[in-house]
Amino acid sequence: MTVSPPAIEVRGLRRVFRVRQGLFAPPRQVVAVDGVSFSVPAGSVLGVVGESGCGKSTLARLILGLLEPSEGEVLVDGKRLAGMERRARARLIQPVFQDPFSSLNPRRRVRDIVAMPLVAQGDVPSAEIRRRTAEMLERVGLSQEQGERFPAQLSGGQRQRVAIARALVLRPRIVICDEPTSALDVSVQAQILNLLAELRRELGLTYLFISHNLAVVEHVATEVAVMYLGRIVERNDSEALFRAPAHPYTRALLASVLTPEPGLGVPDVGLGDDLPDPANIPVGCRFHPRCPQAFGRCPAEQPAAWAVRGGGFAECHLLDPAVAPQAAPGEALRQEA
Amino acid sequence: MSASPLLELRGLRVTFGGRTAAVRGASLRVERGETHCLVGESGCGKSVTALSVMNLLPAGTRREAERLAFAGQDLLGLTDSQMSRLRGDRMGMIFQEPMTSLNPAYTIGSQMTEVLRRHRGTPRAQAVDRAAELLGRVGITAPGMRLGQYPHQLSGGLRQRVMIAMALMCQPELLIADEPTTALDVTVQAQILRLLMGLQKDLGLGILLITHDLGIVARVADRVSVMYAGEVVESAPTAQLFAAPQHPYTRGLLRCVPVPGKVRREEPLGSIPGIVPRIPPGFRGCAFRDRCPHAAPACTDDLPRQAMTPMHDYLCTLAPGWPGQEEAA
Repeated sequence: MTVSPPAIEVRGLRRVFRVRQGLFAPPRQVVAVDGVSFSVPAGSVLGVVGESGCGKSTLARLILGLLEPSEGEVLVDGKRLAGMERRARARLIQPVFQDPFSSLNPRRRVRDIVAMPLVAQGDVPSAEIRRRTAEMLERVGLSQEQGERFPAQLSGGQRQRVAIARALVLRPRIVICDEPTSALDVSVQAQILNLLAELRRELGLTYLFISHNLAVVEHVATEVAVMYLGRIVERNDSEALFRAPAHPYTRALLASVLTPEPGLGVPDVGLGDDLPDPANIPVGCRFHPRCPQAFGRCPAEQPAAWAVRGGGFAECHLLDPAVAPQAAPGEALRQEA
Repeated sequence: MSASPLLELRGLRVTFGGRTAAVRGASLRVERGETHCLVGESGCGKSVTALSVMNLLPAGTRREAERLAFAGQDLLGLTDSQMSRLRGDRMGMIFQEPMTSLNPAYTIGSQMTEVLRRHRGTPRAQAVDRAAELLGRVGITAPGMRLGQYPHQLSGGLRQRVMIAMALMCQPELLIADEPTTALDVTVQAQILRLLMGLQKDLGLGILLITHDLGIVARVADRVSVMYAGEVVESAPTAQLFAAPQHPYTRGLLRCVPVPGKVRREEPLGSIPGIVPRIPPGFRGCAFRDRCPHAAPACTDDLPRQAMTPMHDYLCTLAPGWPGQEEAA
């Protein structure tokens, strides 16, 4: 038996943008993704979390082939994305974006929007296009009558169903969901999350699920990667990560989640609110200026990736066995509590 | 201290061009020093309710109410100029998007001092001192430098702190905050909410906080009003609302929220079928009935407002304490 390749594999991915500051100022370099490597086994859901500007959407675009990496490579289903023919790529990997208001063509009927990827393949008979489109609409919970409408005549949740139908009509192996429910109300968000989970089980899909909402990621992801300023600072099995976060940034993110439990008040996350600037990444550990546990080594050295319980890793000097005795993260956590 | 609440709103109705009823008889009270959260999904009328209080509704909108009073003073009969004297003075407001509510062409300092100079005629130097003091109060370091900066030079979290400081310039008694942290990252959100709660305690502010986020409600509210399709369908002290929600919509909403460690990954989240309806004027009965698993013929008649406890009421035909509460837990 051969071992099937990971659905997504990313090796040393780096993407630099040059941003013009003004007419005469020299352009600045913004490193949006900085040395990211990971692989996602087929059938799993990798949740990617992080704050605005951490590079999570750039990562999505790199994996979709919508952006060229500055360095590194992306393999999808064992094949290199670079040089892959567009139609072949579309059969493997498809996106669902955040905003169902701007990601659907307002001048086309829902049915035609969903059929578009099939039409673009160029070799699908029109009877089959009609059949598969109708099937997909039904599968995501839209009526044939809604298929005749225009996006503006649908609610946000229904539009997101259209976007999901369009993504799945080619039966891709992998779906990149970039904040798929952030623009939706909670009652509708739950419908869409349940639909995505059902479809994954039925069609054997692999998801890369990008979100800033940790509660949502905890619910859908099997594994989680935490991004900070272009790097994955912690990655682990979802349960292990939520039970015992190892990186101080992951702990701060988890502490910031306001669960609907009255009486607990608003936690003190202990970070400054000056969000980091991807054009000006701190030397050493990139999180050190906001880290409540930073010490001498942090501004000096980029931390190595230390293995943590659960099979994942975290990039933090506190996990170095040489440092750990005096400042183990577990102990620091107890002092905070 | 008088017995009248800080803000009293009874039977508010707002219609846009006579076609859409945005608010249909909403009532709420904000007591002094209390945080009252108005929670609901988009289009439920929560922001329109806030704008109605401030009389900031767009032209062509009709506002009617049985009573709208601020600290015992009737607001319905005030002229525009009387109202604008109250706004920004005794009533402050902060909005969701601090970038669009700050003027990009003026420095932070000139925008902050304008409030005081306009309402109080305070001399410039004194107003600058007050602005610097408040920037320090909301946790901004080097306030002197920040006063000379423009909004685009600040991060989202800093801008929202500036908005809060600006709203506090005249020492308001009531602060209306419309989704103040929705545009911010989670770590920043927690800090801004902590700041607001700290200020409220120190200054005795009454806060009307509008949000769609039940997590925020649970953590900061003293009292909650749940809005659906232009009506307050349930109102209760926070602990009571989360422990014993009575309206089927409130129960449904609470089941939709993923809570880390509470819902197993393989299990679907609770969800409410259908979408928020648009309600035409003259609609009778329960606006939630098309999405409600407990809908009955009586739901097309006018609804009773029932009391679960003297502090906890809801708009539904189901009897107080009707079974099925464990669904929401």
